[in-house]
Amino acid sequence: MHILNRMNSRPAARSMSRRDFLRVAGGAGVGLIVGVTLERPVGAQGSGATAVIPSNAGLGTVDATGFVKIAPDNTVTVLIKHIEMGQGPYTGLATLVAEELDADWSQMRAEGAPANAELYKNLAYGMQATGGSSAVANSYEQMRKAGATARALLVVAASRAWNVSPSEITVTQGVLRHAKSAREATFGQFAESAARQVPPNDVPLKNPKQFSLIGKKLSRLDSAAKSNGQAIFTIDVQRPDALTVLVAHPPRFGAKVASLDDAAARRVRGVVDVKMIPQGVAVYANGFWAAKKGRDALRVQWDESGTERRSTEELIAFYRANAGQPDATATERGNTRAALEDAASTFDAEYVFPYLAHAPLEPLDCAIEFKEGVCEAWFGCQFPTVDHKVIAEVMGLPQSKVKVNVIFAGGSFGRRAQPNGELAGEAAAALKALARDASIKLVWTREDDIRGGRYRPLVLHRVRGALDSSGNIAAWEHSIVAQSIIKGSPFEAMMTDGLDPTTTEGASDLPYAIPNLRVTVHTTDVGVPILWWRSVGHTHTAYATETFIDELLAAAGKDAVAGRLSLLEGEPREAAVLRAVAKLAGWKGSKVGPQRARGVAVHKSFDTYVAQIAEVSRGSDGLPKVEKVWCAVDCGVAVNPDNIKSQMEGGIGFGLGAILYDEITLNDGRVVQSNFNDYRMLRIGEMPRIEVVIVASAEKPTGVGEPGVPPIGPAVANAWRALTGQAVRHLPFSRTLAL
Amino acid sequence: MSTFSVNGKTITVDAGPDTPLLWVLRDELKLTGTKYGCGIAQCGACTVHLNGMPRRSCVTPVSSIEGAQITTIEGIAGRTAEALKEAWMSLDVPQCGYCQSGQIMSAAALLNEIPQPTDTDIDRAMAGNVCRCATYVRIRAAIHQAAKTPKV
Repeated sequence: MHILNRMNSRPAARSMSRRDFLRVAGGAGVGLIVGVTLERPVGAQGSGATAVIPSNAGLGTVDATGFVKIAPDNTVTVLIKHIEMGQGPYTGLATLVAEELDADWSQMRAEGAPANAELYKNLAYGMQATGGSSAVANSYEQMRKAGATARALLVVAASRAWNVSPSEITVTQGVLRHAKSAREATFGQFAESAARQVPPNDVPLKNPKQFSLIGKKLSRLDSAAKSNGQAIFTIDVQRPDALTVLVAHPPRFGAKVASLDDAAARRVRGVVDVKMIPQGVAVYANGFWAAKKGRDALRVQWDESGTERRSTEELIAFYRANAGQPDATATERGNTRAALEDAASTFDAEYVFPYLAHAPLEPLDCAIEFKEGVCEAWFGCQFPTVDHKVIAEVMGLPQSKVKVNVIFAGGSFGRRAQPNGELAGEAAAALKALARDASIKLVWTREDDIRGGRYRPLVLHRVRGALDSSGNIAAWEHSIVAQSIIKGSPFEAMMTDGLDPTTTEGASDLPYAIPNLRVTVHTTDVGVPILWWRSVGHTHTAYATETFIDELLAAAGKDAVAGRLSLLEGEPREAAVLRAVAKLAGWKGSKVGPQRARGVAVHKSFDTYVAQIAEVSRGSDGLPKVEKVWCAVDCGVAVNPDNIKSQMEGGIGFGLGAILYDEITLNDGRVVQSNFNDYRMLRIGEMPRIEVVIVASAEKPTGVGEPGVPPIGPAVANAWRALTGQAVRHLPFSRTLAL
Repeated sequence: MSTFSVNGKTITVDAGPDTPLLWVLRDELKLTGTKYGCGIAQCGACTVHLNGMPRRSCVTPVSSIEGAQITTIEGIAGRTAEALKEAWMSLDVPQCGYCQSGQIMSAAALLNEIPQPTDTDIDRAMAGNVCRCATYVRIRAAIHQAAKTPKV
């Protein structure tokens, strides 16, 4: 990739041993590295892994700004502590550094930071982790300080060389300048001497009015490498003598190998070894195809005692039976029961949301090797702190003997954010089973991915609403039945009073001024592994709340936008995005003509406010054809406006495909779907035209990776109901419309 | 043994006849720009050109391409290809980026056949290429932009 090619082409770094490099890094030849000593990328020969490794000497002694490297070639490389899986942190965090450094955007580069919990923790979570749309939000000040610190070091170095006061030096677009003496220099010229200066303890940050890069359209730092085939993902990592590993996983979740006949597999040309591991049977081969043929030739008997055997229909019936039996209360406002009894009219709705696979286009994979007592891994991991620990445990090594390099992920949508580090654990188990120095690349097939569990949970909502005699919404009773994502996981401490906030988020904090509100949960125990899926609880709560409010407003004869606004007087940011999207779309009600209708939805997730209006017609396939979507977003300070728009566009497409087409179903405990032929992705002809407006804000920035997803489902459903009279409450649409 | 050309170079590989071209490119030739996404020609991440036409390399047995000319994202050249890559970069099309090699290969084949495609042409030619990040709005815009790039 271009970022690395530039780094690798530095003569000083090309052929040095690690020890040589550390010596040089402290002296001449490498330039300024704020806070941490670095060496060239591991496996620079061919792997092109995006990570660099902090020296052991640097660990624990570096300051909090171990993020910026300035090289004599005048490039500025930012170590990005968040995984780049498409959502844009490489560009976003580099923007924050460049702003305070007063760099020129063309000199900026980005690299994935390796696993190092102390240096690279997410300040919102206390561990190195990407999730919850928090990358820019948690590092807004931290990255700006890193940039300002690097700038201060360059200024001091220049002032000493020029024998002038630092206060007389200006920095603009990557140029240090002393006006009085008409001297100027690039960052590269002072990179080495700046590295010898003592970093200041505190540096002033700009007033936002002085921003010259934040808020401007900047090109993504990874676009070039991702447009010419050079970007390196886990599946592309090349290590000497590496074997490809496919693992035969059980047909039912939690089953174990009872017996194995691997004779035929071992006869497959290219198959090197077969081992039983806790996750199944690992086949080691020279290349993917041999590994797959070897796996296909295995004869495995599985011990399926105690595994989940229910079908989807049985599970839904079980959920339905539990809908009236809450075991925790998330919200209690007013007296909902009494208000429902006194109401002029009541309305009931039941919603069913299916299991969903994340289906990132790069299936799960992990390159890992063990050589001379040291283990090293290269893969897209969202929770490096967890994965680092899990690999060390499985390998029986101290963490200091394990290095984890975080590289590009070909999508994730939460799939690589694993509280138990299962992917890392499986790869390490397969490596350990060889009981020798070796290098492997574990690759999941698409079938492994679709059938591999860790789905968006199956969720059932039951909602009862009441109107008083004036048509005002008097009460809202909302019960949710779902598995908990965090119960039983290492994150269980996030639960309070039996409540998993990721089940109720978006419903428990319903923004509308409804005097009586009750939100309850019944947590189920089902043997299907689940996980957070892009926007997590909001994937279902937004759909239930925003379609139900729409129906109540319609029943009261109120306009969908004006009716919502009248209930949002205490919520100015929801109201503002709603007004903005109505203006953008020229909203004049849901009826557009005999063939088209519009629907609206507004939803806050991860502290970002998004409103969308969808215009739909009847598609030739009988499903809604979404012609156009208008979107308004308030994410505080808009750091990268074009990326915000891009994430809204992508979030809309991601959410739309799911509500139209997708469900993972179980038959006798086995997953029915297996690949994109029966787990259907949205395609280009189904993508609506999209217009996005960013609502200006001086609030602190919040994330955009997830918040574009929740509103699209209810906006489309509301439009469909306006068009056809049919309220779709059992997703996906393709199931309810029986196509 | 199979002999064919990849990006202008003649290649002889000793792979089983049923081995898909995708894995020869990736595992033997280390041309990793062509991606694996599904293995059943449902996602288009593995799209290459076979004698100038788009082909899903994941379902193309190496035995079926004797003597053929294969072009991958690493080897695609010419004004159309350059205009597409340029448009992809200037519009910041990629998000995760994993599908984009395949998208560009399909788009290049489209522009070779229809230099000024309509939206309907694009829908038809690109229907086999999934983008899980749903960058479709920008893919469409980039194809139109590349089509407008002067070809002289």
